[in-house]
Amino acid sequence: MIKVEFLGPIGKDPIYVEASTLREIASKLNDDESIAQWLSSSAVAVNDRLVKDLDIVLNDGDRVSILPPVCGG
Amino acid sequence: MKIYNGSLEVEAIFNQWYNEEKESNYGANVSFVGVVRAEDEIEALSFDIYEPILFEWFNQWQEKAKQLGAKIKMAHSLGDVKVHTSSFMCAIFSPKRRVALELIDVFVEDFKANAPIWKYDIIGGKRVYAQERSTPMSGAGILKGLL
Repeated sequence: MIKVEFLGPIGKDPIYVEASTLREIASKLNDDESIAQWLSSSAVAVNDRLVKDLDIVLNDGDRVSILPPVCGG
Repeated sequence: MKIYNGSLEVEAIFNQWYNEEKESNYGANVSFVGVVRAEDEIEALSFDIYEPILFEWFNQWQEKAKQLGAKIKMAHSLGDVKVHTSSFMCAIFSPKRRVALELIDVFVEDFKANAPIWKYDIIGGKRVYAQERSTPMSGAGILKGLL
């Protein structure tokens, strides 16, 4: 299972999904409108590393983080 | 880098940084202090931080600074920060002024764009995400096929 966590203001509890690539995660998240609305402006990390490739292979126990727009300072 | 609960004690932090480096033979240090302004109905700001990626981001910048012979120090608040107090401080220590002056500019701008910190306005006791002032991080939109 892959843990998907939603950081900052998204305000949703983590979910657990079966997926072998980030592309499959994208497909599942886009089915939920309350999550999908954040995706066009959110960055993604796998195991705390920011990623830019949907074809990244995921392994059981991996953690995917969704990072919405930021404003530190 | 250090995360503090609530407002930063600017004088104490700056004195600590100064004392830590005053014998290090850096010829220049440039500091930046961010202060919460009184604006509209805002009583305070509040911050969430995702520390694992923040520390990774900071370590990459520290490595860049090291290549230039410089060192970065940074402090940020977690939770609520009242108006007229500070939520963010950073300083560049470098052998010569030019590196410090240039590095603080690009470091602070990248901090605003890519440090995983979320800001909320406290208005009437409620915490409201500062969405309009926030910036999508590098790589945003990948799950929508926007890259």
